[in-house]
Amino acid sequence: MTPLNIEKGSNRHSAYNLRPTFSDVQEQHTIAVLVENEPGVLARVIGLFSGRGYNIESLTVAEVDHTGHLSRITIVTTGTPQVIEQIKAQLGRIVTVHDVHDLTVEGPSVERELAIIKVVGGGDKRVEALRLADIFRANVVDSTLNSFIFEITGAPDKIDAFADLMRPLGLVEIARTGVAALLRGD
Amino acid sequence: MTREMTGAKMVVQALKDQGVDTVFGYPGGAVLPIYDEIFLQNDIRHILVRHEQGAVHAAEGYARSTGKPGVALVTSGPGATNAVTGLTDALLDSIPIVVLTGQVPTFMIGSDAFQEADTVGITRPCTKHNWLVKDTDSLAETMHEAFHVATSGRPGPVLIDIPKDVQFASGEYNAPKPSTSHYQPVVKGDLEEITELVAAMETAKKPVFYTGGGVINSGPAASQLLRELVDATGFPITSTLMGLGAYPASGKNWLGMLGMHGLYEANLAMHDCDLMINIGARFDDRITGRIDAFSPNSKKAHIDIDPSSINKVIRVDIPIVGDVAHVLEDILKVWKARGRKTDAANVQQWQNQINDWRKVNCLAYTNSEKTIKPQYALQRLEELTKDHDRYITTEVGQHQMWAAQYLGFEDPNRWMTSGGLGTMGYGFPASIGVQMAHPDALVINVAGEASWLMNMQEMGTAAQYRLPVKQFILNNERLGMVRQWQELLHGERYSHSWSEALPDFVKLAEAFGAKGILCSDPADLDDAIMEMINYDGPVIFDCLVEKHENCFPMIPSGKAHNEMLLGEAETQGVIDSKGSVLV
Repeated sequence: MTPLNIEKGSNRHSAYNLRPTFSDVQEQHTIAVLVENEPGVLARVIGLFSGRGYNIESLTVAEVDHTGHLSRITIVTTGTPQVIEQIKAQLGRIVTVHDVHDLTVEGPSVERELAIIKVVGGGDKRVEALRLADIFRANVVDSTLNSFIFEITGAPDKIDAFADLMRPLGLVEIARTGVAALLRGD
Repeated sequence: MTREMTGAKMVVQALKDQGVDTVFGYPGGAVLPIYDEIFLQNDIRHILVRHEQGAVHAAEGYARSTGKPGVALVTSGPGATNAVTGLTDALLDSIPIVVLTGQVPTFMIGSDAFQEADTVGITRPCTKHNWLVKDTDSLAETMHEAFHVATSGRPGPVLIDIPKDVQFASGEYNAPKPSTSHYQPVVKGDLEEITELVAAMETAKKPVFYTGGGVINSGPAASQLLRELVDATGFPITSTLMGLGAYPASGKNWLGMLGMHGLYEANLAMHDCDLMINIGARFDDRITGRIDAFSPNSKKAHIDIDPSSINKVIRVDIPIVGDVAHVLEDILKVWKARGRKTDAANVQQWQNQINDWRKVNCLAYTNSEKTIKPQYALQRLEELTKDHDRYITTEVGQHQMWAAQYLGFEDPNRWMTSGGLGTMGYGFPASIGVQMAHPDALVINVAGEASWLMNMQEMGTAAQYRLPVKQFILNNERLGMVRQWQELLHGERYSHSWSEALPDFVKLAEAFGAKGILCSDPADLDDAIMEMINYDGPVIFDCLVEKHENCFPMIPSGKAHNEMLLGEAETQGVIDSKGSVLV
């Protein structure tokens, strides 16, 4: 029998990669997960994403119902439609998960993120930064003679736009919360 | 009724109240209070294994052969980490087990204490759910909830980590009551989907049932309903490795197992069908082969209690989320109410086509008068044991596939094998768990010598409890399946796939006070098997078989169902470079 040439450098080791008939259009979805606020619940959710190779673009979590001990996790993720469906089904399997909502499908939804941005500099740049902050309705929450910290709330792309404008004006540090989202209407 | 007791006593009380009669375990510092309570009572038998992995596999064997959850008790640190393989095995095969681990006292957690490990962290991805109990008052409730989670919905392993101070402290114990937790999986299928499936069944020309472990897990009623549905419709039925026994191997519509080493007629029926009815199976990669060539022209229905199984690998047309028994009951009701219709003429033609495929006789092999062929050994084992009250466990590899091919299973819960994880070393401890649950039954572990050695320490357990488990070892002095793949895929470079320095299995048996039987001549085989069956005690049967036998039929990696290799067929170049990277 002749020896078989095995592709060198191949990193595909599992038949699970064979999904050629599935659509490969990447979609971004915002998923809200209501979970029991037990120790380790966030690890369960994150472990699911890392263990199964799903993406996390952003993730926010906080307790939203103190008496019912429920936390809300908002995850922005990307994947093919099949992967998104799997993510939701896999989240739904976690014993301490109460509800899974795909806000992108069930929408329209309101998505908001908060960022605080430090801008250092003087002269015209400092004036310009303050002027732009006003246009973007960003608040100054800290100030020295040579720096500002702006607080801005909005959809992620608004924050992206503001950060992009601040970069040449002396942006040195930025902290973002990730997206919190709710469905519109009642 | 609320009673005050220590945490350790609560553990034992909760096990009793959950109907547990057997616990497999191994003591250690962090579980000593629980072991003390076990010592002081007689309702629960504790089986001392020789390694924690063995405890978990034994619990799996117990669970799979009874339908009840299996229980294992191990200590902290290494006790817990040794349990990980068994937990993962149970997760992939959806086996309900409850594993209790000791933990260092709560005030020492995080201090790298002696025998401390982050057990809930380590086992989070390999359990259905796990808990660290930090307060004795919540221990009873957690124990009861653990049994609820392990057995509801898609069954699976759960773990409770109990720090030593929680075992010593006193708290309130409450008897179990119906779970009020949020976790209550849906068992009834959607009636509209079920009706759509029935309509598809009425007009199908080439239907096939493809059933899996979900039928077994659903309970005996599911198997009964499946038999009724199959026999009433006359549709052919195949099953995964996990589902063998749900439909009897002697049934007239039985096609045999499907998949990588499944039968020719089963795989071709799957490839050519126009309606595939998946009942409690999950389109595993060992089943589907090449996905884009998987059953290209069929409408596919999928019944599964776990929504995440649906559309995970294969897109289906009729998804039904629900428990198999509940859904089958509704299918039968709807089908009968609509007049019990099938396209009988076309289904008959389909059966004729399948009969033609059967004539290929894909399990044929060249027998020998000099050496025992492994297939022959299993055929003789089947012939000589089939009328017994028999339970079969296996290890993993060629022998496992041959056992699935050549042994016939008439009832569910009679076949215990590691399907999803493919755990070498599973079968021996599993056979101990089965024998504990069925003391008078004939329990045989069909093994390969390499797999068997992985948990051979359990000979001590079998000897101590005088468990008459029969270790039927097909000894080819090779890692047979690895060798087969190396022959087909890696240019016959047999890298580390032979078993050197094997023990003398007869002497090994005798060293443990068990019986050893060596057989190398086909002419002696029947007598040797009878000697094994008739011996009242553990037996190691060292069956020296042909060393280079390959397991066929085989769907090579990256190939479709209709591209399978048969018997001693020419195998050169059958797996291309794309297929060779698949496992």
